[in-house]
Amino acid sequence: MKYLVFAAGVISATAAHAELPELTVYTYDSFVSDWGPGPVIEAEFEKTCGCDLKLVAAGDGASLLARVRLEGARSDADVVLGLDTNLTAAATETGLFAPHAVQADFDLPIDWSDEIFVPYDWGYFAFVHEADVTAPVNFRELAESEMRIVIQDPRSSTPGLGLLMWVKAAYGAQAGDIWAGLSDNIVTVTKGWSEAYGLFLEGEADMVLSYTTSPAYHLIAEEDASKAAALFDEGHYLQIEVAGKLAATDQPDLADAFLEFMVGEAFQSAIPTTNWMYPAVTPASGLPDGFETLVQPDRALLVPAAEAPSVRDEALAEWLGALSQ
Amino acid sequence: MAGRAQPVTPAPGVGAAVLVAALILGTLVAVALRAEGGRGLGPADWAAVRFTLLQAALSALFSVALAVPVARALARRRFAGRRVLIVLLGAPFILPVIVAVLGLLAVFGRSGWISDALGLVGVPPVQIYGLHGVVLAHVFFNLPLATRLILQGWQEIPAERFRLAAQLGAGPRAIRRLLEYPMLAQTVPGVMAVVFAICLTSFAVALTLGGGPRATTIELAIYQAFRFDFDLGRAALLGCIQIALTGAAALAALSVARGDGLGDGLDRPLQRWDALSRIALGLDTLVIALAVLFLLLPLAAIIVAGVPGLPLLPVSVLVAAGNSVVVAGLSTLLLLLLAVPMALAVAVGWSQGVELAGLLGLAVSPLVIGTGLFVIIRPLADPTALALPVTALVNALMALPFALRILVPSARQVVDRHGPLAVSLDMAGMPFLRRIAVPRMRAQIGFAAGLTAALSMGDLGVIALFADAERATLPLQVYRLMGAYRMEAAAGAALLLLILSVALFWILDRGGRWHAET
Amino acid sequence: MLKLERLVIDNGGFLLSADLSATAGAKYAVIGPSGAGKSTLIGGIAGFHPIKSGHILWQGAEITDALPGKRPVAMLFQDGNLFPHLSVEQNIELGIDPDLRLSPDDQERVAQAIHRVGLAGLGTRRPAALSGGQQSRAALARVLVQGRPLLMLDEPFAALGPALKADMLDLVDTLVRESGATLLMVSHDPADARRIADEVILVAEGIAHPPQPTAKLLDDPPPALRAYLGAPDLP
Repeated sequence: MKYLVFAAGVISATAAHAELPELTVYTYDSFVSDWGPGPVIEAEFEKTCGCDLKLVAAGDGASLLARVRLEGARSDADVVLGLDTNLTAAATETGLFAPHAVQADFDLPIDWSDEIFVPYDWGYFAFVHEADVTAPVNFRELAESEMRIVIQDPRSSTPGLGLLMWVKAAYGAQAGDIWAGLSDNIVTVTKGWSEAYGLFLEGEADMVLSYTTSPAYHLIAEEDASKAAALFDEGHYLQIEVAGKLAATDQPDLADAFLEFMVGEAFQSAIPTTNWMYPAVTPASGLPDGFETLVQPDRALLVPAAEAPSVRDEALAEWLGALSQ
Repeated sequence: MAGRAQPVTPAPGVGAAVLVAALILGTLVAVALRAEGGRGLGPADWAAVRFTLLQAALSALFSVALAVPVARALARRRFAGRRVLIVLLGAPFILPVIVAVLGLLAVFGRSGWISDALGLVGVPPVQIYGLHGVVLAHVFFNLPLATRLILQGWQEIPAERFRLAAQLGAGPRAIRRLLEYPMLAQTVPGVMAVVFAICLTSFAVALTLGGGPRATTIELAIYQAFRFDFDLGRAALLGCIQIALTGAAALAALSVARGDGLGDGLDRPLQRWDALSRIALGLDTLVIALAVLFLLLPLAAIIVAGVPGLPLLPVSVLVAAGNSVVVAGLSTLLLLLLAVPMALAVAVGWSQGVELAGLLGLAVSPLVIGTGLFVIIRPLADPTALALPVTALVNALMALPFALRILVPSARQVVDRHGPLAVSLDMAGMPFLRRIAVPRMRAQIGFAAGLTAALSMGDLGVIALFADAERATLPLQVYRLMGAYRMEAAAGAALLLLILSVALFWILDRGGRWHAET
Repeated sequence: MLKLERLVIDNGGFLLSADLSATAGAKYAVIGPSGAGKSTLIGGIAGFHPIKSGHILWQGAEITDALPGKRPVAMLFQDGNLFPHLSVEQNIELGIDPDLRLSPDDQERVAQAIHRVGLAGLGTRRPAALSGGQQSRAALARVLVQGRPLLMLDEPFAALGPALKADMLDLVDTLVRESGATLLMVSHDPADARRIADEVILVAEGIAHPPQPTAKLLDDPPPALRAYLGAPDLP
């Protein structure tokens, strides 16, 4: 264990040099990666805040909440960024989060009036397929088709849970039947988004559960127009990603400043081509070229945050029941 | 063995075993203590336990059943490239799960090479998803390990026995009855237990190839308890079930087979008079060819997919590769500090307790140990700052069971053969360790170090729980690239990982044998 | 003088009793039927088996519980007397310092010992590159530099041919004479005993009997020994 002590010594020695106040933001892993929004957002915020912004990765959104609950009131985090509306009720219930004071004109498909959490981006779940394939137009047609899909497990993946809520929001009590109908279309269920998307690109499935914005990545970053998202007439389930300030933060002013920054131009204009989601406040420059080609759902579906936990448990039981036959 | 005078004291090894057990069980307790209520185990959890047992038992059965003919063929044939082949066969074992799965599917998937080839002659594609897919993937991961363990058993049959059998005119069937079956009866239970234990903690492989929530394993139930329900009590309880199952399998195996191992001597010349017939040669050639195809085709797929991605690798991936090499080095060092004293303690008579403590590393859920360490470290230091050393520690614990399987037989041999002389020369303790034990166990130490370094390179481990942007390892960067749609670059990074892992293994394993004499 | 006082040695459940003394500087052969406890006796004196009761004294000092390496004993086993990965020189150096840290004087002693046993020029070789007889000589050179007053041989030359074995026994005889050490030598060959030993310790049925002059014992063996020696050896 000697090296542990040694490493701890080295770290605390370097920490002692930092004189700027430090704002710690917990977020999901893909946010901090070199290809996510993290690097540019850190640079932009540090230009003005007179602080050191420390982004800490903790798995995905659900792991993030588990991490904060694990640390409780003694958490090092000042801000948590990356929860979604499926998690905000549980997060609020912990009592660990404090109300925000952000006033912004959100460009969301729904009205936003949460006292604690501030949205920073959003997107619609959708099945992505090769553009030259004729996709079904709703879940019933999908179930009757020969289309093979790969989805994520709702117990280990945010999109997987999103699909669960989507079917539930669209079909309510009939959701179990829909899943029973879909079961022979499902090639397999993966642990996370990356595995599922990888399988789709390898040709293992005709469609993969992802976002309506996924084709934008291929179009803009790879100049490849071969991917498309299937437009479903039941409407598409929304994912709204939010951030919140922790009540026990030792940097409340910096945390507030960060939340303000988050809905501002610099942050929001980085979102479309790093997180590949829609910005919560459309930047003055508008969306990047290519986003206008994306499908626009007619209806946005969303289970209200307060009902999400109970709906979630019921939907999971139906899903397991239908697919474990 | 002598009654009391021993060339080494078991104290450091027993201390290391206690430390390992305390660390692993301590993380479990730490998680359990943080629990706030919870609902205990439900029917779904028990279904997960049943499925886990089923798939692990089948995987162990098939891995070993297929490993026996492969090991037999490798044991009685010498051919150019055999040594390289044995190293390469170990590669599936050290690959990150996601990479290996994509490689497997490139060959066996619905649009994989085999399905494509079948399509040319009008046969429908292979149906890979289901219980058989889970078993296939686990055989892919574990066949090489099982083969090496059983191969060792074959080579521990003294050459004189084969000579005697040949002199008596024993044919292949008599050889099997006289020599091979008794050896297999000794070796096979231990190998099955190890493979069984590895498969107990499988999650992503089982789910992906199992085709859906029917293939829910205990590890997935732990994952669900932790991140979906935040029910730490249930997570700890499921962790205990994993440990209990591994412990039961290990005890059963230890009671049947003592001192089997991966050990030394892959190149010991062994004259076999029973293998000269043309049928035997043809059969062995076929078996080796099939094993090579099965294990190397997915690797070939990974290489083919990765080459175009290599030039796309950003600097951060290279930095992560550097981090991974450092973690692997640290992990290897830690492992040797634990495993060598533990192997010697086993050799001087502390077998059951020390070996059991060593096996715990296989049994423990990475999520539970990571979370537990996080809870333990947090009051003392910033866990993120310690991400790399903690990853190295956990990787060392996970490699410990394999290292002990490798080191224990040779430690026993060194203590039995050289112990009394060393004791009479008053060189017990450090002089024995430095002058006799380590030089004599050099080849095994090299092999164990190589395996640990390679496992550590490839394992995502607990880094994902602790990491920030600067402290990523190579497997984590592979996942991050995939998570950012950059599948081609991810394939390149995976290839880099494969190359580095195999290279590290090769260097350490060869290093152990470089000057090996007698 | 080596004194074994009502000694009971426990070799994994097999008990051997001994109540005898041996004169310093004398040479003893330990003979007796197979399985009677010859190796147990010298293994017990050398410290490899637990002592159930009684005492071992050397020159009046108690060594019953001393660690094997701390006893005044040098021992050669049936086999494995050399470490195969160390050179002949290093194997001999172990007799002076187990950690191989030798002064120039020590190195001189090693060189002399190598010369004395007739291995000059072979010091850098590994044991595998020596013949069986040369290996025995190397082991004896180490015994020489160890300079312990008690030498125990557990049939180290058993695998050698008769002529070579006789050579080795003569070398042992010379070395022991020069150093004044006390020799205890397990043997199953009465000829060995006649060749070298002043007295014989008979071990039979779990008891080590007090020494008796070699010729007297072998010429007029007691029943237990007679059965072992068989008729042809009787005069």
